Amino acid sequence: MQKFLLQALLRRALTEPPPAVDGDVLEELGRALDAKARQRLGRSLAIREVDAGSCNGCELEIHALNNAFYDIERFGLRFVASPRHADVLMVTGPVTKNMREALERTYNATPDPKWVVAVGECAYDGGVFAGSYACVGAVSAVIPVDLHIRGCPPDPIALLKGLIGLVDCADRKDAE
Amino acid sequence: MMFMRREKRGGEAPPAAPPSCHPWSRLDVGAKDWSAAVEEIARGDADLLSLWSDGASVYLATIAKDASDVVIRALACPDRRFPSVGLLHMPALRLERTIADLYGLEPIGSPDARRWLDHGRWGLRHPGGAREAIDTPSDAYSFLKAEGEPLHQIPVGPVHAGIIEPGHFRFTANGEVVVRLEERLGFVHKGVGQLMAGAAVAQAAKVAARVSGDSTVAYSFAFARAVEAALGVAVPARAQYLRALMAELERLANHFGDIGAICNDAAFALMLAQCGLVRERLLRAAAACFGHRLMMDRIVPGGVSVDLEADKIAELRGLLDWINLMLPRLLKLYGDTTSLQDRTVGTGALSEDLARQYACGGFVGRASGRRFDARRSVGYAPYETLSFELGVSKEGDVDARIWVRFDEIKASLGIIEQVLDRLPHGGIHATFEETPPREIEGAALVESFRGDILVWLRIGANGRIAHAHLRDPSWFQWPLLEAVIKGNIVADFPLCNKSFNCSYSGHDL
Repeated sequence: MQKFLLQALLRRALTEPPPAVDGDVLEELGRALDAKARQRLGRSLAIREVDAGSCNGCELEIHALNNAFYDIERFGLRFVASPRHADVLMVTGPVTKNMREALERTYNATPDPKWVVAVGECAYDGGVFAGSYACVGAVSAVIPVDLHIRGCPPDPIALLKGLIGLVDCADRKDAE
Repeated sequence: MMFMRREKRGGEAPPAAPPSCHPWSRLDVGAKDWSAAVEEIARGDADLLSLWSDGASVYLATIAKDASDVVIRALACPDRRFPSVGLLHMPALRLERTIADLYGLEPIGSPDARRWLDHGRWGLRHPGGAREAIDTPSDAYSFLKAEGEPLHQIPVGPVHAGIIEPGHFRFTANGEVVVRLEERLGFVHKGVGQLMAGAAVAQAAKVAARVSGDSTVAYSFAFARAVEAALGVAVPARAQYLRALMAELERLANHFGDIGAICNDAAFALMLAQCGLVRERLLRAAAACFGHRLMMDRIVPGGVSVDLEADKIAELRGLLDWINLMLPRLLKLYGDTTSLQDRTVGTGALSEDLARQYACGGFVGRASGRRFDARRSVGYAPYETLSFELGVSKEGDVDARIWVRFDEIKASLGIIEQVLDRLPHGGIHATFEETPPREIEGAALVESFRGDILVWLRIGANGRIAHAHLRDPSWFQWPLLEAVIKGNIVADFPLCNKSFNCSYSGHDL
């Protein structure tokens, strides 16, 4: 174990520079965040991830954000265990009817101000599961969504771009 | 070769013959033969592979103990009932509750009449059979009882504390010690069976790739093989090897990710950080070689959709060299950290008897004395030409499951090396006639990182999927998780759960 720890001290960090944020992300977020909320939150957002019926593909890539290459916590973003601690809900999946109430209750348990990020094609419009008797479809059909990060699944860079955009917007002091 | 031979034979059969199920035997049986087959698996003379329905009949797939023969028996249910399998053979219980939910076929004599995937929230009953509209917000569910003065209940989920899939766990504890765990699943039921029914083969393949994201390669592999078995498609040799390459990359990524996550659940974050590096590099290699980190939709019926460029082979070999360097250090890190072993050794022990009864696949089964691996036991291309060792243990605890996974990592590294050495030249996709002369069935068993995935499907004379059944290995692992947690402390549940890592999405379908 000592060898691992020593190496970690001596070696250059593996963490990679952050990606630039896309303009359309900022545009979608600009509408969503008001100045007051930005002041209150500063550069720190607590994220609660909610799987509302995904195939687990999106979760794998969200997990990857915690590895040394992406190191999401350097941006003031961290995943929390309870919606009551969260500023942001990250929702995946085509919202199965069996998960709909759980999603609504998680949303209601999250204190204001809060944002919802819908991750993946399923969360955008139901993806390949659209039209099923067992799925509602888009997350926006159940709770208000502030930002969509698309992809099947979106890779960690796409997730980072969206989330950094969110934190930047929350940090900006001036209103629209 | 086998498919081509069978296909030829199938082509000569008169059109009136009942559909055969390539490459296995398919028998239409009466109630008596059905019961005899159920008794056979209940006695332990054969293993249950799956139990499913298409709305008109119920199907029972069994495999001989020596894996020499797979038989699919079909029992017609004109009066919408069938003799319960779960009554004699517990592992079939949830499968038959699912049949009742989806198709409205009643298992006569079933010891558990509660609904399973149907939570009363779909707005209808029996989506695969005679649909009835319902107007209830949801059904009540009565959990099994555990009574006594000192007992208390801990309800967990469906929304869990981590970044994981949803499901409900109802613990009954005596102080710190779990006396009963009951799972309630079905929260991520997406109606995959009905989405596939009537879909074109290519569309159904996309849905199959999204049944369980961590096993997307294995699901696509199994689905493609079932289609190819039904239609008698000969897949080019290069595509066969590329499929194995993708399947083993997926296995490696999952094993590394999970070993790290298990250790993290014992608060040993160093292992998670190191294993996370390996997993990330594997996913990046997958993206560089095949254009997608999880390699989704890369295996398609007929072959593969992306070829491996020559310069990527050296890149892959470089990655393998680095992993081969890392692996002994990770093994040592796990093996030498006694505070970690204190949490994993003896925790969540699965007995050999239970593993045998549930015919449970994957590393869960192999850590409890089973030697079943679909790549070896049933065998499919190109694995019959590749040599590899299975990881085996009899201890059955969290520790054993970790060691078996380390063994499987070694095996996968060896397989990838052999694939890169022998990768034949040539095409990567065979075009095939999607419209069979008559309704036809196919099936396949493919080893995912989690265990064997069974895919059975019927292609109609219009070339569309008439019906498909995809059985995740988790069906026979989830119930065992309930068993192994008994007598352990509540705080060890995350360790046990992660060491199983059953799929919610694959199970709920």
